[in-house]
Amino acid sequence: MSHSPAVVSQQDSVTISRGARLARRMWRNRSLWFGILIVAAVIVVALLASWISPFTPDQQNYASLLQGPSAQHWLGTDDLGRDQLTRIFFGARTSMEVTLGAVVLGIVIGVPVGLLSGFYGGVVDDWVVMRFVDALQAFPFLIMALVLAAVLGPGIGNAMIAIGIGYIPTFIRTVRGQVIAESKRDYVQSARSLGAGDWRIMVKHIFPNITSPLIVQTSLAMASGIVAEASLSYLGLGAQPPTSSWGSMLKVGQGYITNDPWLSIIPGLAIVVAVLGFNLLGDGLRDYWDPRQRQ
Amino acid sequence: MAYVVKRLLIMLPVLFIVSVLVFSLIHLIPGDPAQVILGQDATPSGLAALRAQLGLNEPLVMQYLHWVGRVLQGNLGHSLVDGTPVLNLILQRLPVTLELALGTFIVSLLVAFPLGILAAVYRGKFGDTVALFSSSLGLSVPPFWLGIILLLAFTVKIHLFPSSGYVPIWQNLGQNVWTMILPIAATGVREAAVLMRMLRSSLLDVLHQDYIRTARAKGLVGWLVIVRHALKNALIPVITTGGLQLAGLLGGLVITETVFSLPGFGSLLVQSIFSRDYTTIQGAALVIAVLVVVVNVLVDLVYGLVDPRIHFGKESA
Repeated sequence: MSHSPAVVSQQDSVTISRGARLARRMWRNRSLWFGILIVAAVIVVALLASWISPFTPDQQNYASLLQGPSAQHWLGTDDLGRDQLTRIFFGARTSMEVTLGAVVLGIVIGVPVGLLSGFYGGVVDDWVVMRFVDALQAFPFLIMALVLAAVLGPGIGNAMIAIGIGYIPTFIRTVRGQVIAESKRDYVQSARSLGAGDWRIMVKHIFPNITSPLIVQTSLAMASGIVAEASLSYLGLGAQPPTSSWGSMLKVGQGYITNDPWLSIIPGLAIVVAVLGFNLLGDGLRDYWDPRQRQ
Repeated sequence: MAYVVKRLLIMLPVLFIVSVLVFSLIHLIPGDPAQVILGQDATPSGLAALRAQLGLNEPLVMQYLHWVGRVLQGNLGHSLVDGTPVLNLILQRLPVTLELALGTFIVSLLVAFPLGILAAVYRGKFGDTVALFSSSLGLSVPPFWLGIILLLAFTVKIHLFPSSGYVPIWQNLGQNVWTMILPIAATGVREAAVLMRMLRSSLLDVLHQDYIRTARAKGLVGWLVIVRHALKNALIPVITTGGLQLAGLLGGLVITETVFSLPGFGSLLVQSIFSRDYTTIQGAALVIAVLVVVVNVLVDLVYGLVDPRIHFGKESA
């Protein structure tokens, strides 16, 4: 059956105006754009560190120790004569590796548990899962990461596990809350009345509808993960020498703060920019999906 | 009353799980914990003595029961480094951390309230944009880096504040405040940013409600509407956030204490980690977790008092 031209043009105008509205809403969302730009830049630097760095991260030059910014070393050199810009680029790689690994760990365990717990509810949800989440959240994030890193031993892999375990309760809580809210909605009841099983309802119907808050949470978790990784490395429990890490660079820099303050300022700025990017991205996405912003 | 009792009852399984997690710490150490603690040079007799001290020869359930029994009597064990009771070590350090946490919390409230209210009232205007951008920046600056920058600016460059050291409040109040200004500023920026955003968002939700429109229609002055009507309801989520922040601060100050060399609870934990003093790590983790659980319950109770609509039975966990 063909549509009359009038109907087609009306449909087109509705589609165009909806698309235009979406585009306008995205364009106006400055947090989102700045967030995307900064995060993309950090990821590109992390991925291409080996190609875009002027030196290798461990290349020591005892003839140019603690040099200030110059044409050869744009961000100066550290106490072993290593190029700061190169170490900042490789530090981005370490930071992204650890943080991404930790967030994935949090999601892989937190999302299924939150989904099942929120969907089935009952005594197991109330008295086991949620009390376990409460107990895990009783340990402040950094304390948990520190204690686990201490028990497991220092290093990038263990830092990733330590930070990731800290994320598990956050993702369980986020997903569970969303699943409880979605389970009461009409489309779930309709799917059930059409004979869909629990698994199908959870995976095919509810999960796609909770991805927005999950993505926002992931972005914000990346931001806090960068700080956690830097904190562990600053304390000597994260990346170990000679691996480049913004946190350990800060620690080294603090020892030379009187005469060579840029050694502390630059790695810190790198952390601020990366964290700001993920925070803006998270905020921007939250605003973009917020129904109140559509009105 | 039922709300209070039920909230306290919920605390019990949480404390039980916390105790199991803390107890398990020593068993998470890969290999023989005694060997890891004493190192490769340990003698067989030394290893046997440490295993006996830690109770590692008993069955796991008995180890847990004995440990909980001792903890309930206030015995958190003895430091593996110098034999000092862990509780004493913690009690010596805790006042510094509590002072830092409370100071940070109060300063962040003083900064967040006026800024949050202004940002909500002038939503979308220049002031709001500046406040929002500042809060995004404040959220992104790691407190330990800000601490280093503050040290650089106010200690290295203009010698206004001491770089490290702590003077107890009962010894000299003036000097105590002087040594705590920079650490509080370093941690307060982030906390103020979180509270400011929460207050702004909560106030914006309330300002669109009918009773506010009615108050305005009655001819009440703008500021009176905000202070008398809007703020009271907007405070409810802010109390929750503030409580959670205070609880988080108790543990999150680890790194600030390290940067400013403050002899607090966090620096005790870091020192214990590097000296593999697992009984002190266990004790410190337990105390911090119990404090956080208690603060969370207190927040819930305050929440119930502030908002009479809350009936515990209707709430989900």
